[in-house]
Order: sequence, then C-alpha cells, then structure tokens
Amino acid sequence: MSVIPAAVSRFFHRTASSPHFYALADRFIPWLTAIFILLLAAGLYGGLYLAPTDYQQGDSYRIIYIHVPAAWMSLFIYVLMAIMGAIALVWHMKMAEVMLVASAPIGAGFTFIALVTGSLWGKPMWGTWWVWDARLTSELILLFLYLGVISLYGAIEDKRAAARAVSILALVGVVNIPIIHYSVQWWNTLHQGPTVSKMGKPSIHVEMLVPLLLMAVAFKFYYLIAALQAAKLELLKREASSQWVKTLLEKQA
Amino acid sequence: MSLESFLYMGGYAVYVWPSYALTAVVLIANVILPVLQRKQLLRQISLRQKREKR
Repeated sequence: MSVIPAAVSRFFHRTASSPHFYALADRFIPWLTAIFILLLAAGLYGGLYLAPTDYQQGDSYRIIYIHVPAAWMSLFIYVLMAIMGAIALVWHMKMAEVMLVASAPIGAGFTFIALVTGSLWGKPMWGTWWVWDARLTSELILLFLYLGVISLYGAIEDKRAAARAVSILALVGVVNIPIIHYSVQWWNTLHQGPTVSKMGKPSIHVEMLVPLLLMAVAFKFYYLIAALQAAKLELLKREASSQWVKTLLEKQA
Repeated sequence: MSLESFLYMGGYAVYVWPSYALTAVVLIANVILPVLQRKQLLRQISLRQKREKR
C-alpha cells in the first residue's frame, strides 16, 4: 500500500516475520518479568500493608487491589483483541491473528478473577455472593465471549479460517465493552460507581490509590509476558515444519 | 502490626486471602502452561526431524 511510508511498512513486515518475532519475544520477556515483579511487590506492599483500613468496609476493601485491576484488564484485553481482529481481517496480518488467539485465555483468566473476587467481596459487603444486575451479568457475558473465542478457534481445523472466524467474533462482541463500563450509571445496581475515573478528584485516599495504580500497571506487564509466551507456542504449533523452526532447534541442540 | 493481625485482615481473612490465592493460581497457570506445552512441542518436533534424517 502506497499510503503507508516505506519505513513503517518495513518495520511491520519484519516484526510480522515469525523467527524475528520469536527472537524479539525472548529478548523482551526477562525485562518485562523484572519490571512486573517490582511493580507487583510495590503494589502488594502498599495495598496490603501500608494503605489504611477503610472506615466503612474495614480490611475487606483490600480485595480492590486485584478486583479492579483484573476487571480493567478484562475490558482492555478484549478491546485489544477486537483491534487485532480488525487488523487480521483487513490486512491478513498473521501476527495479529496469533496475538488475538494468544490473548484470549489471559483475558478469560482476568474476567474469571474479576468475577470471583467480586463475589468474595460482595458476600461480606452486600450480603450476597451474586446478583443478576447489569454490571455482573455483562461481565459474565464477557467471560462467555472469551470462552467462545477459545473454543471456536480450537474447533476449526484450518487455522487461517479459524483466525478469521474468531476475528469476527471478537469484533462483534466488542459492543459488550461500553455496556459493562457504563452499566453502573445506566442501571440501578448494587455495584458501586466508578471510584478512580470519576470527573475531577477520584474519591479515594492517595495512599489507597497509588497501590491500585501500581497493580494496574503490573497487570499490564503481566499481560505482555503471558501473551508473548502464548504467542510463541501458537507460532510453533502453526509452523512446526518450517525452516526457521528447524534452525531454531539446531541452535538449541 | 503483628503478623497475626496482618493475616487476620480485620476479620475478613476468609474473603481477602482466597481472592489473592485464586488470582495467583490463575496468573501463574496462564504463563506456565504455554511454556510447558512449548517445551513438549519442541521435543516432539526435534524427534520427528531426527526420524526424517535417517
């Protein structure tokens, strides 16, 4: 395409080549892991130890340090998957397909964490494990969308065709994302409204807020690590009999 | 603060700690499983290549 500058297109073609991507992932993973562990340690120390006890919720509120970042990740990863789905459909970029497929189990994991920790938080605070309200139900639908992507991809033998199918599913399912986000404003619900993103000042003490943000960034780094690991596996599965895999094995031997 | 009172979590230990434990299990599984599967796959591929060479 002539609209895209040559340098940009060269970068994408190189990153899109499997051996190049594989080597790049190997180079980045140790650094990403180091940053993740530092952020995680700081976030947990701040959240579980330094942050003061909430005057209404006692120490039960400390579940927030995984519940909220996990819920954010569940939305963030799905939006990324929809974007990669669009790229895969329009430009048939293989790496977009691979990253989409690699992201699905991680997104499903975060959605599951958000639902279960929410339940464990809801029991002492609301007096119930679960209610069929807008926020909880739309988040549960998100879990089913993730599981749908995983099983649809697994069910279709031809991986190029499978990737096209899940790209469409990811794109269609993205309508659920704004529904989840605005559900606490559109409908009456037990779930509390936004604490951090509220216009003006967030209604949370700074000693409570900082660990929350640290955990959120830590989870972003975790996502990169897990997605790269899954993408390496997916590439090998797809291209097991290719020359670059042969060369890779010879180098390792 | 003593370790005991830290673990007690103001009486909410049964809700807080399982939340953190479950999160740890899910996050670790999503990294470890692809790594183990990849190692297994690499072994299979290298075995197949050796067979083809002969």
